[in-house]
Amino acid sequence: MAKIMMCGNEVIGEAAVHAGCTFYAGYPITPQNELTHYMSFRMQEAGGTFIQAESELAAINLVFGAAAAGARAMTSSSSPGISLKQEGISYMAACQLPAVIVNMMRGGPGLGNIAPSQADYFQATRGGGHGDYRTIVLAPSTVEEAWDLTHLAFDLADEYRTPVMILGDGILGQMMEPVEAVRRHLHGKGTGLNPNKPWALTGCKGRKPNVIKSLLLGEGELEELNRILQMKYGKIESKEPRFESLYTEDSDLVIVAYGTTSRIVRSAISKARREHLHVGMFRPVTLWPFPETQLQKLARKTKAFLVVEMSAGQMVEDVRLSILGQRPIHFHGRAGGGVPTEETIVEMIRDILKPRSKKRVYA
Amino acid sequence: MKKIFERPASLKNVPTHYCSGCGHSIVHRLLCEVIDELGIREDVIAVCPVGCAVIAYEYWDFDCSEAPHGRTPCVATGIKRTHPDKIVFSYQGDGDLAAIGTSEIIHTANRGENITVFFINNGVYGMTNGQMAPTTLIGQKTSTSIKGRDPVRDGYPIKMSELLAQLPGAKYIERVTVSNPANILKAKAAIRKALKNQMEGKGFSLVEVLSPCPTYWGLSPKDAYRRIDDELTKHFPLGVIKDI
Repeated sequence: MAKIMMCGNEVIGEAAVHAGCTFYAGYPITPQNELTHYMSFRMQEAGGTFIQAESELAAINLVFGAAAAGARAMTSSSSPGISLKQEGISYMAACQLPAVIVNMMRGGPGLGNIAPSQADYFQATRGGGHGDYRTIVLAPSTVEEAWDLTHLAFDLADEYRTPVMILGDGILGQMMEPVEAVRRHLHGKGTGLNPNKPWALTGCKGRKPNVIKSLLLGEGELEELNRILQMKYGKIESKEPRFESLYTEDSDLVIVAYGTTSRIVRSAISKARREHLHVGMFRPVTLWPFPETQLQKLARKTKAFLVVEMSAGQMVEDVRLSILGQRPIHFHGRAGGGVPTEETIVEMIRDILKPRSKKRVYA
Repeated sequence: MKKIFERPASLKNVPTHYCSGCGHSIVHRLLCEVIDELGIREDVIAVCPVGCAVIAYEYWDFDCSEAPHGRTPCVATGIKRTHPDKIVFSYQGDGDLAAIGTSEIIHTANRGENITVFFINNGVYGMTNGQMAPTTLIGQKTSTSIKGRDPVRDGYPIKMSELLAQLPGAKYIERVTVSNPANILKAKAAIRKALKNQMEGKGFSLVEVLSPCPTYWGLSPKDAYRRIDDELTKHFPLGVIKDI
């Protein structure tokens, strides 16, 4: 099949339509604007709703309303905008409303810059807003994978009645890559795979009124909701971790990286392997639930780990929590829009596996 | 014997948490009477605010959603755009609509969303112990203006209905009160018109209700109702502000 070129932002938009998303609200912010542009005409074509919201707060709460009404709904933004959306995400987690939130991360903190970054990992995987909750976080590394994970995001959101985040960065969002899967569906209507949602607000004809709420003032009521949420999160943690392994069977060093960074790591590994260095990669696809058990198993086979991130060190904490001191864990991170280079990673691989002097070992 | 007065079917037969003399109970009842009379109880989806009416869904016998503070019109819009055939309204206090949700109400009205907004203006934050609201009158004592609202320090009481009436997207805006039986009847007529507008697809309608808060005005219910007529309506004049 002939391939077409699309950027990650557009592919997520098209995949959302194909997955039956009928409501999108967004606010301009770089580097995710292509998604808002795409949805502005595509939702109309597909018979859905597009609203250019007056703020990120409005956008997430428009999505709250659509989700409460039973629609498959999505919003997108980049780091500073996602901070604003956290209020609504917390409410949706508490009200058990399914929705998809896309964060094409940029350099931070503050207004930062528009270069790629992975510095929102903590915010994404620890809940992000107030209260004890989690959002499922999916991290595509290619435009093609963004297509698949967008579908998965809507399915998981509905299955578990919880907000799901797609976490990418400026490179994934704006880079064009050939895509096969998408072509079949362009300019078609969504498949409208909305499952039955008996809890949704549709008017109380023939049933008792439904109420969507998170305010629970009765003795023990809120504790009970938290218990229900934690049971759900436990089920997600046991059933939904996803990851990709590369050469982990025979590796003395396993590099842990996700998203865009994993692509640079992949190139570095090809180069290192040509030098007969036994290095592999473990790429979490779900950042929450983090594939902890699967990574832990590798500790028995490999001698050391190296975590590479576009942050000052965030996912590395989950790696440490998984490995629990069984093996040394090295780290290379660049924050504020810096992108790790293939050369640096290859050099680190050489130094860890064939240290030339003590001072060059990274810790 | 013919029954001439009864509880509306849309209003649950439960005690409310509202204080003695609070206007919310009257407005709830009027709303439910109108919903029954229009025969739309099974088509209504309401969005409750953060504020004194936060648990209005405990009293209303139709579908309801909570909303984060001030985002009430956004949640209502998301519901209405998903179910254009349902009757969707937000019910908001002056903290929700005139302070934290100012941006949301302006842009919802400006987009001309075909929803109805009931704006209950009592000039204080009742739920959180009577702090000053954007609508608190000059000189009015509250827990954050103990010597009375000072315009130099605190600014002026904002007239949201007049402000919103500037927007082409707003089709019908009326200010009413529940201070006496005659005004209650006028309030009911405005509520009916605002909901009918939505049923007829006319666009954004808002009814502002000047409502008493005896507890945080430090007045008896009787004096609180009198204050509406004597003081509030001087700054917030009653009547149709816009009807196109």
